Amino acid sequence: MSVKQPFEAVVAAHGPTVLRVCRAVVGPADADDAWSETFLSALGAYPDLPDDANVEAWLVTIAHRKAIDVVRRAARQAVPVAEVPDRSTTAGGRDLDLWAALAALPDKQRHVVAYHHLGGLPYDDVAALVGGTAAAARRAGSDGIAALRRTYPGIEGGRP
Amino acid sequence: MSDDDTPTGLLGDIDPADLARLHADLVERGAALVDVAYRTLDSPVGPLLLARTERGLVRVAFAVQDHDAVLQSLSDSISPRVLEAPGRLDDVARELDEYFAGRRTTFDVPLDLRLLHGFRRVVVEHLPDIGYGRTASYAEVASRAGSPKAVRAVGTACALNPLPLVLPCHRVVRSDGSQGQYVGGADAKRTLLALETTVPAA
Repeated sequence: MSVKQPFEAVVAAHGPTVLRVCRAVVGPADADDAWSETFLSALGAYPDLPDDANVEAWLVTIAHRKAIDVVRRAARQAVPVAEVPDRSTTAGGRDLDLWAALAALPDKQRHVVAYHHLGGLPYDDVAALVGGTAAAARRAGSDGIAALRRTYPGIEGGRP
Repeated sequence: MSDDDTPTGLLGDIDPADLARLHADLVERGAALVDVAYRTLDSPVGPLLLARTERGLVRVAFAVQDHDAVLQSLSDSISPRVLEAPGRLDDVARELDEYFAGRRTTFDVPLDLRLLHGFRRVVVEHLPDIGYGRTASYAEVASRAGSPKAVRAVGTACALNPLPLVLPCHRVVRSDGSQGQYVGGADAKRTLLALETTVPAA
């Protein structure tokens, strides 16, 4: 049985995942914009989404498009700054290390890790977003995770 | 563990404050897209769910009615574009607070009666005729609604009233003077009737 939930329940269930994806794709500073654009777009289109659709995959796909928009807009408005402003007060040391490690990955690896490992999107769908085949996306994902294991010590989860 | 598993360290906790801020921003920027806005309000009869459309207040629900189930039914019957937006219900919350404090006897907020049809609608629309601090029997309400024999249907209409408190089904009692049932539970009905008889109407 699939019943379309109230949109509030969608935000509660998938908001954290979409925020992780946005932070990984555009970085902590622009992630809020990407998240907001994603959920605004999703709110508008939600009544037309089929009842049996995979809501999280749908949101991650929207987040991908909105992240591209945010990156383009940021590039147009870019002004040189001496220091990268840390707008996010909550992305503390551990998270900043993760975002820095993600940012150091080649774009394709970072996108695959964001959409598949953080966003839960199947490789077929990831390939449709980033181009190439599902097999190539799987390889990029493996390479990305392998690189993160070298650069980001917290990857195995340091918390009890 | 295959390469495909997500290492646990990648899924750090997200700060609830970040999500709260983003949610507030969504409510503000998406206001025109929200078809059903809601909030909860603490009251002497327990937490109340208040929901409105662009036309007005569409639903008031007690905790015993299961707020999640009520939201799902609003999503199914009106639109799934349902969002918690407390600011959109400030006027309703203020009037209810005044009512519970004994400073208000009638409600002025616009109502959306789209969940009501047929005889149920006729009955519920007549409920405000029963003034603050007064009661009427199911039979009297049936007469006022133009169908004196439809006493049982009046009971059903009250039990399914989508706007309790504001459309005062708690003022409908049994012909023998006993309280009768209530959508918010017997205790809530007793509390409301006591409130209206002990606090003098302003």
